[in-house]
Amino acid sequence: MTSTQRTSFPRQGVRETAIAVKTRFQSASDVLSDCLEEIARCEDKIHAFNLVLDNQARQRASEIDDLIARGIDPGPLAGVPVALKDNICTREIATTCSSKMLERWIPPYNATVVAKLQDAGAVIVGKTNMDEFAMGSSTENSAFGPTRNPCNLDYVPGGSSGGSAASVAAGFVCCALGSDTGGSIRQPASLCGVVGVKPTYGRVSRYGLIAFASSLDQIGPLCVNVGDAALICEVIGGYDPRDSTSIDEPFSGLLDSCDKGVDGIRVGVVTELLAPASPDVQAAFTKCTDKLAAIGAKVDEISIPELSYGLAAYYLIAPAEASSNLARYDGVRYGLRVAGQDVESMMRATRSAGFGPEVKRRIMLGTYALSSGYYDAYYGQAQRVRTLITKAFGRAYESFDVLLSPTSPTVAFGFGAKQDPLDMYNSDIATIASNLAGHPAMSVPFGLGANNLPVGVQVMAPTLGEAVMFQVGAQIEGLAQ
Amino acid sequence: MTDQASRGKISREEVVHIASLARLGLDDGELDAFTRELGAILDHASTVAEIDLRDVSPMSHPIALSNVLRDDVLDECLELEDLQSNAPDFFEGKFRVPKILDEP
Repeated sequence: MTSTQRTSFPRQGVRETAIAVKTRFQSASDVLSDCLEEIARCEDKIHAFNLVLDNQARQRASEIDDLIARGIDPGPLAGVPVALKDNICTREIATTCSSKMLERWIPPYNATVVAKLQDAGAVIVGKTNMDEFAMGSSTENSAFGPTRNPCNLDYVPGGSSGGSAASVAAGFVCCALGSDTGGSIRQPASLCGVVGVKPTYGRVSRYGLIAFASSLDQIGPLCVNVGDAALICEVIGGYDPRDSTSIDEPFSGLLDSCDKGVDGIRVGVVTELLAPASPDVQAAFTKCTDKLAAIGAKVDEISIPELSYGLAAYYLIAPAEASSNLARYDGVRYGLRVAGQDVESMMRATRSAGFGPEVKRRIMLGTYALSSGYYDAYYGQAQRVRTLITKAFGRAYESFDVLLSPTSPTVAFGFGAKQDPLDMYNSDIATIASNLAGHPAMSVPFGLGANNLPVGVQVMAPTLGEAVMFQVGAQIEGLAQ
Repeated sequence: MTDQASRGKISREEVVHIASLARLGLDDGELDAFTRELGAILDHASTVAEIDLRDVSPMSHPIALSNVLRDDVLDECLELEDLQSNAPDFFEGKFRVPKILDEP
């Protein structure tokens, strides 16, 4: 056995854990101790975390145990250990975005999702590593070093929520939150063999999520099973007056959808998103669609040619929004400051030292796409493609309830394997369209591909279509067993 | 579509200009790398610049947004100490920065 072979495995799920704690089969403190032991055993090899909250977590777990002892229900996530991507603000706990720019920044407030998790009885175990400011698909862009894939340490975990995916796949926590701007929850979930969900844009409050591309960013869960992810969505979702893009629609009944089967459900296989996938991924994916058809789903192919413009449009829109959002890191109010003679040289020195290469590249690209003379040709045109893609999806959903594709065109790749930025951007080819349209999408593990690494199947649904998405996702999970 | 976009490349001088707009100080190596890499990315992006989309309206956002307003009531807000503790240079309730104007 080589040292890179898998030695850590996912732990029991969110619901099982909450039931065990509530029925006093296991105390929240014991659950947490298990997690912390597993972290102590494997974290130096995996590096899923930027920060482990040992003491705070122990204190919180013991509070949960006290509540239970007094007969008070701590909530649906009683004693469930969760991890948070390090771009989700936690009051008085460092939130770095895996960037030198925010290395010493301590948020004075909690993100809405953090407050909701805590109110539901969850125990926050740590902050997970990520590509700097969520820009990347491998977690190699972290200023604090890469995360390794628990399935095989020679491979990347995907990104940008690579630490979150690894923390679940390694059994460090039952669940982690990530953020998904172009696939940053779904792709690492796929590469690490866990479930990852990007809800409809506006379903989950972005208050306290450090902005990358505000019209695309969405928080969602990474879990060991589909039902757990449905529960977490119900807990963290819902209207929030602090996010002006928050949707005021009920976000419930998702867990019930998981038991409904797929008889008569119309499933469209998107040929443009299947074609770029490697043969091993295609083989696993086709096995999945064959099995879905065998249990009653109406599976058919659909061509959506407009999706082939998605990648190019995304890599204009996301950097454009990023260049604007990241203008705030100027050394004046918070974050890093590097001294300079005058204010402008201070800002230039600060930003040059604080940002890593990929963040600089995207700021440059976005600044260019927004500069006068190029705005219409690049940014304006990309916004029109966004309309084109959204309308094309709309036509497809007249004939189909959900659309399917592989989540990632390949299984996990090696460290340093994608040096060319465009090569790396291609990892997101199947995931970005849902962000451009604001639609929900999830990745469910299905079988293994090359090097015995996990393959993920992506289930896409129209706006607010989470119920049918979970319905199909749960069946795929069952078929994968 | 402009001529610049159809060319799809970016010159080193343009990279220098963009870096100054973005307040990024780049060394020679970074300038060379970005000139090459941004050129390749913009080449790829020009597939978007070439489609005829005159009749398609731009989409800035997945949700049709109108003005989102709240009632004008006092809510929790951050304390001055919270801002001070994260500020690189805080002086008498204000953020202090190096000089902005030259001496006259």
